[in-house]
Amino acid sequence: MATRYFGQPIKRNEDPRLLRGRGLYVDDVQLPGMLHMALVRSPYARARIRRIDTSKALAAPGVVAVITHADLPANLQGPLPPLIPHPTLKHHKTQFALAPGQVRHAGEAVAAVVAESRYAAEDAAELVEVEYEPLPAVVDMEKALEPGSPLVHEDIGTNVAAHYTQVVGDVEKAFAEADLVFEEVFRPDRGQAQPMETRGVVAVYDRNLETLTIWDSTQAPIRIRSGLAELYGMRANQVRVIAPNVGGGFGPKIMMFYPEEVLVPWLAMKLGRPVKYIEDRREHFFATNQERDQVHRVQVAVRKDGTILGIKDVFLYDTGAYIPYGLIIPIVASCTLPGPYKIPNYHAEFKAVFTNKTICSPYRGAGRPHGVFVMERIINRIAEELGIDRVEVRRRNLIQPDEFPYDVGLIYQDNAPLRYDSGNYPGLLDKLLKLIEYDQWPARKEQYRKEGRYVGLGLALYVEGTGVGPYEGARVHVEPSGKVWVATGVGTQGQSHQTTFAQIVAEELGVRVEDVEVVTGDTGAFHWGTGTFASRAAVVAGNAVALAARDVKAKALEVAANLLEASVEDLELADGQVRVKGAPQRAVSLGQVAVAANPLRGTIPPGQEPGLEAARYFNPPQSAFSAGGHAAIIEVDPATGMIKILKYAVVHDCGRLINPMVVEGQIHGGVAQGIGGSFYERLVFDENGQLLTTTFMDFLIPTAMEVPDIVIDHQETPSPLNPLGVKGAGEAGVIPVPALFVDAIEDAFSGYGLRFREVPLDPNRLRQALAEAGVPGAGSTAA
Amino acid sequence: MLPESSRHRIRVTVNGQVYEREVEARLLLSDFLRYELGLTGTHVGCEHGVCGACTVQLDGQPVRSCLMFAVQADGREIRTVEGLAPDEERLHPIQEAFWEAHGLQCGFCTPGFLMTVEAFLRENPDPTDEEIREAISGNLCRCTGYVNIIKAVRLAAEKLRAGR
Repeated sequence: MATRYFGQPIKRNEDPRLLRGRGLYVDDVQLPGMLHMALVRSPYARARIRRIDTSKALAAPGVVAVITHADLPANLQGPLPPLIPHPTLKHHKTQFALAPGQVRHAGEAVAAVVAESRYAAEDAAELVEVEYEPLPAVVDMEKALEPGSPLVHEDIGTNVAAHYTQVVGDVEKAFAEADLVFEEVFRPDRGQAQPMETRGVVAVYDRNLETLTIWDSTQAPIRIRSGLAELYGMRANQVRVIAPNVGGGFGPKIMMFYPEEVLVPWLAMKLGRPVKYIEDRREHFFATNQERDQVHRVQVAVRKDGTILGIKDVFLYDTGAYIPYGLIIPIVASCTLPGPYKIPNYHAEFKAVFTNKTICSPYRGAGRPHGVFVMERIINRIAEELGIDRVEVRRRNLIQPDEFPYDVGLIYQDNAPLRYDSGNYPGLLDKLLKLIEYDQWPARKEQYRKEGRYVGLGLALYVEGTGVGPYEGARVHVEPSGKVWVATGVGTQGQSHQTTFAQIVAEELGVRVEDVEVVTGDTGAFHWGTGTFASRAAVVAGNAVALAARDVKAKALEVAANLLEASVEDLELADGQVRVKGAPQRAVSLGQVAVAANPLRGTIPPGQEPGLEAARYFNPPQSAFSAGGHAAIIEVDPATGMIKILKYAVVHDCGRLINPMVVEGQIHGGVAQGIGGSFYERLVFDENGQLLTTTFMDFLIPTAMEVPDIVIDHQETPSPLNPLGVKGAGEAGVIPVPALFVDAIEDAFSGYGLRFREVPLDPNRLRQALAEAGVPGAGSTAA
Repeated sequence: MLPESSRHRIRVTVNGQVYEREVEARLLLSDFLRYELGLTGTHVGCEHGVCGACTVQLDGQPVRSCLMFAVQADGREIRTVEGLAPDEERLHPIQEAFWEAHGLQCGFCTPGFLMTVEAFLRENPDPTDEEIREAISGNLCRCTGYVNIIKAVRLAAEKLRAGR
């Protein structure tokens, strides 16, 4: 049967509702008698709480309850559960529902006010009197390691949460044998995902049914359900968590738990009324997890032909005040650094450091942009030092197509070996060079320079681990109407699961995509799974959907063979029917087959399960490795430090494409976030740990004026690790952007000896650097 | 103690329907639409007038409903995303274009874009890409990178011109 749905750019099933304004986001949930929660948050990064007086707030109009740590039941007073342990994570410090006598970052929740309206709750929150004793804050991760530094957690006597080293080969020997050795320091700075929808939770407790229903803007509803049930001492099936439409996630909407996720359901049970919390944008800046600041000290050993002998990367990872999510980000950063290159000897070492800042957890890329930034900067340094073209240096170090599976020699974030399943990296590079017309670049650049314009070309390659386990599942069910209903555990925050999963089912069952309804993110519909993160949904849940659909197909053929008095081999599924090959008039609809599989009376064959339905799970043995390359041509105005992206090209390989339109949309969005994180968006903390950038007027998310058109070409190297041959695509767009961005700017000013070691480069930093380097026309810094 | 906010009776036409309500003076127009009228298609992204998710049309012009009080809409005409499609079967050409061009992912910013674009294409039925970029630069989207939104606006303009 020819492919009709898989691989096609099919319009999305989810769109008509969203376009009519009929999505259901958490803040759209309105329940009778609903109360609203507002939080009192610490104005200090580090302080002792001496006294809290809630009396004025309690007396305010419309206020129903004011809660501090002392009012919480014992099960909510302690640190919230750790998410992902690791043997080297000695101090797995986690956050609290409400601060117990001490605050460790500005914005930490200190008290909760519940009132009849959000307006009343926010008014009353202002009336809660908290007496703080401010303490010196730990803000800079390097200073946090100096002797005598204040401690974020005094009880552990250190600011180091974990110290982890992985070694491949013999690094010392590599350095001894090298023709060229150099050292660099790189500092990717802090940023934030900033989905357009902030976080929100609504909960209602039914005292008669003894069930708790929660709407949560989470990326992991099933884990929230299981975790809350455990925390509250309830059976898992007493708690239903629904992640309805979620207005963007990008990582930070998976935490387990944000304080509000614990407080709101508890308050709903305690007060006997529904409770809603919707974070405002200002809160989102300091109360939702952040990411990205690391300091890498990297030493490189190279042969004079440009081949890399060894890399020693020692870095610090700033985890903020707590480390609930464990070491995923720094492990991913270490493991992404080698990328498509052969690094026979590699020493990867990091310390995770506590500071009095907002917690860090994965944001789209989750350490990958850092690893790629370091690696691609290294490649460029090698090219400069040895006078070899930067593309040629890349080519000489690439893993070749006949070397797969390629074992990097490290252990990945899923505790499985970092072993690339398939790929064609020289193929990607060739396609990329063609898209960006690299062969014509030297002449063009010279022409630009003659015109007095500073234009540079940057490029970067990467390999991305996707589709981590442990598992996902799906149930495929055919209704008597012939429509197909699919339920799976992974939620969606815009990734188009209602369409791509429907395409997989449509392909297997021969039904139309619009006749497949996919339900995601509701523990009442499917209650096994882990969540949407790490570019894993299409790989892990997608294959579970395919396996379940194949079981349904097998069953449909069996049941229909009886109805049609034909043998299974002579039947096919097409146009919503099971029919005899070559005699399409002998057919039964899938709906009729569903009815026959679940008769009111009579008999069904022994061992056959009722209904036209199947549930299956997919447990990937390890990650599937996507890869890609981006290139851009960027013009800089030295007078203002502003940039304009003249061209942006992407070559992307995520194995077999389910829906190219959707994959390209994911890439576009990732590139835009990458551009933001490379140039416009920075979280600025002062020396006291105060976040100074708490509006969209300070933290500049790119608009349509800043994001260029993006040219995309695909390469499809199927993964041998799963039935569909797919790899993940969600994070790809963002990963190489900081690396190529800096490369392009250095290229634009080649000859001036400019070397950038930090991202983001904002216009001011850039202008200052250009002035210092003596670039003509570069504005000097303001006096 | 905080002073109680005064209450005012207002009469507003929303998507052709007249509503009369008594509201607190400080009630935001966005909250009025969402919680008083149940028109939750208008989303609130930043509450400080930058993201544009809450864009509605006031007497035909796009405005940030989070930067207005409901009382300021007294006697005026408002159009929200719920008022775009002609009926239950058909979408507005701009909605169709966003669907066909994959101009939305999570959908949260989409209603604001649609209301901005509808007003823009009335004023400029045949825009260049640069004009489109500028017209939508007051609306933030974190999912699409705008590439397909620009494509959708171009396609919408074609559809609207063809239907004229």
